[in-house]
Amino acid sequence: MTLNMGPQHPSTHGVLRVALELDGETVVEARPMIGYLHTGMEKQAEYKTYTQSIPQTDRMDYLAPMSNNLGLCLAAEKLLGIEAPERAQVVRVLLTELTRISAHCVWLGTHALDIGAMTVFFYCFREREKVLSIYEQVCGARLTASYFRVGGLAMDIPEGFLDRCQKFVDEMPAHVNEYEKLLSKNPIWLARLKGVALLSKADAIALGATGPVLRGSGVSWDLRKAQPYSGYDQYDFEIPTGETGDAYDRYTVRVQELRQSTRIAAQAIQKLRQLGGKGDYRLRDYKYVLPPKEDVKTSMEALIHHFKIVAHGFFPPVGEAYQAIEAPKGELGFYLVSDGTPRPWRMKVRSPSFVHLQTLPSMIRGRLVADVITAIGSIDIVLGEVDR
Amino acid sequence: MTVLAPERIEERLRVRFPEAAIRRQTGEAVRDVTLYVPADRLVEICTFLRDDPELDFAMLSWIAGVDWLPRDPRFEVVYGLLSLSRNARITLKVAVGEENPRVPSVVGVWPTADWHERETFDFYGIEFAGHPSLTRILLPEDWVGWPLRKDSPLGYEEVAFTHNTPGRILPDPGLKKLAPKKVRYRAH
Repeated sequence: MTLNMGPQHPSTHGVLRVALELDGETVVEARPMIGYLHTGMEKQAEYKTYTQSIPQTDRMDYLAPMSNNLGLCLAAEKLLGIEAPERAQVVRVLLTELTRISAHCVWLGTHALDIGAMTVFFYCFREREKVLSIYEQVCGARLTASYFRVGGLAMDIPEGFLDRCQKFVDEMPAHVNEYEKLLSKNPIWLARLKGVALLSKADAIALGATGPVLRGSGVSWDLRKAQPYSGYDQYDFEIPTGETGDAYDRYTVRVQELRQSTRIAAQAIQKLRQLGGKGDYRLRDYKYVLPPKEDVKTSMEALIHHFKIVAHGFFPPVGEAYQAIEAPKGELGFYLVSDGTPRPWRMKVRSPSFVHLQTLPSMIRGRLVADVITAIGSIDIVLGEVDR
Repeated sequence: MTVLAPERIEERLRVRFPEAAIRRQTGEAVRDVTLYVPADRLVEICTFLRDDPELDFAMLSWIAGVDWLPRDPRFEVVYGLLSLSRNARITLKVAVGEENPRVPSVVGVWPTADWHERETFDFYGIEFAGHPSLTRILLPEDWVGWPLRKDSPLGYEEVAFTHNTPGRILPDPGLKKLAPKKVRYRAH
């Protein structure tokens, strides 16, 4: 029997359709079908300047907008051969780690909801709400942040921002304990997750899995450690890994990552305090980066640069660059090809969810229909990013 | 973890495939090690890169198509490879002509290539010979055209006028012309 699961099924986390070939309750074959949320972002990027593409990226993995912003900005910076000032880099690390916490909270809440543990959802969304409020304070938007710019940040962090982050970071470990108390030894949780949705180490690598999915299968690979960007080599943190590669291992990896991200965020706050209240939050290279607003009002040159960058964008050299970051879901990469004009000739997004969804059939072949829900949940996909 | 120098990768390839035309892409802002490889040797080269113990490119990270209209050859298929054990990346490029664009599939080397190749086919119409089920993936099955080609328009529906809408009913020429309505202005 063939059964269509989705695209309106609540546990498919959006608009995923999986065609299941069933033998009774057992899955014989599964074919994920995607594209319901395709908006042609890569095509649109060819008609926009690099800066204009930043708001587009918010809408890819809409649970981790700041990570997507960072991916594009870093790729453009690599293409231009520039680097953001230290203050901007630390703020980027702080915010992307908070993003990771919020993205993992949504994942944990909804995954538990799929399995039937309702309570966790409310706990997790409580913390996510706090991160969204931090977003709101720093850039005015709760979901579509668009806060990072090529060469730094859109604006400096507001007053009282660090205290707010500090409070959140101080509270977070206790909250993670709460989640673990609700789930880690819960017999239903264990029965539904242990040994389910298995992905062996070899399969994970062959299918291109990255991030928590790869680490859950026992490969200690994290781009923040292996190919550090934004000064991640200066932070002290560990890479949690699983052993068997089942859904429970991916759960433990992500919960441990909540703790590690809190650790990194705390160190970033410390660094920002040492850097002091004021400083360059954007590169002073006005061929590529907007000059500060106060300069625009007082200096003729700054005004000209402002006008040129706003009117037609910056001109990168002819060339190409691929830059990957460790987004909450895995390797998020941007491949930019420039023909020397202010608009990219080609922008390719290597989104982790797209690649991870390919691992689904191998996880659920020969398992029960109920395990499909566990598998989809444990991969942690966002369809906005799959379909782009 | 031993660091793998990009020159070493190129050297290993040249030693193994002395007759193949492998060319390093040069340019001021080519930020990654990029090698042009011939399409007919692609699968062999990829298998070697994956299996060679010194290189160990066990993971295919991404595949992208690029349309270089009006250049000849028009298309490029770009492969981003990642070696977990050597912590190295390399980019391979295959040039594809406009007529009958065709590249051998690397699904046999890295199973993850399946969806990446389908996506590139979907966007550019580049065929991957030997792919198990090369169908559209993001666009609907009945979509006509290859949207990421440079000669494909960005989108939007054309506004319907009489001149561009065949079969549109034109107003009857014999219809009596309406006299303009008289407007009377009244003082307030």
